[in-house]
Amino acid sequence: MSENCCTTNGNVMILACSGGSNVGQLSNRAAVELTQEGFGKMFCLAGIGAQLSGFVQSAKDAPVMVAIDGCQVGCAKAILKNARVDRMHYLVLTDEGIEKNKNLELERSDIARVKAAVKRVVGEAKSAEAAYSGGGCGCSCGS
Amino acid sequence: MEIKVLGPGCAKCKQTEKIVKEAVAEAGISADIEKVTDVMAIAGYGVFGTPAVVVDGEVKSVGKIPKKQDVMAWLK
Repeated sequence: MSENCCTTNGNVMILACSGGSNVGQLSNRAAVELTQEGFGKMFCLAGIGAQLSGFVQSAKDAPVMVAIDGCQVGCAKAILKNARVDRMHYLVLTDEGIEKNKNLELERSDIARVKAAVKRVVGEAKSAEAAYSGGGCGCSCGS
Repeated sequence: MEIKVLGPGCAKCKQTEKIVKEAVAEAGISADIEKVTDVMAIAGYGVFGTPAVVVDGEVKSVGKIPKKQDVMAWLK
């Protein structure tokens, strides 16, 4: 939850499937580290799945959102679809060449790979948006 | 009807409260409008950012100033 008026505007909402496989946990770990590094802010996919209005509306109103699914089962995508959230950036880690298995001891190199993929997906979209807008957070703070 | 405007007090939050009050007045309905500034109380609604508007317990808007016409629609 933000404490000032501009937080959501500059922040990327990050949703991870956080599933019980290496790729699920890679999605979670990458979301945690990207939050810690200030790239975006991890948000609670479970709250959206539970159809709690604060979470669902937050996802609908997020200026920029990226959903990370570990595999093609696509749980995060399905949750968002059920919540009627369709405006998002999206990636599947097995599509990034990471093989799914049940080893929950994550490789540092895989975490870095996922973080780079998330930045790439969001960055490509941001670049496209920047071409059509003047930038700035849109509120009265001047940033 | 119970309306809560969630926000710690930034310009956007104040503008949102103003729009909500105007919409309620124009709609000619009776509503309790409460400004929630306590960060922990706001967090309890599960919102990603502020300002946010809650109508009868349901979060209707997050992280932006709602349009008055949207607020009017929520009041129906």
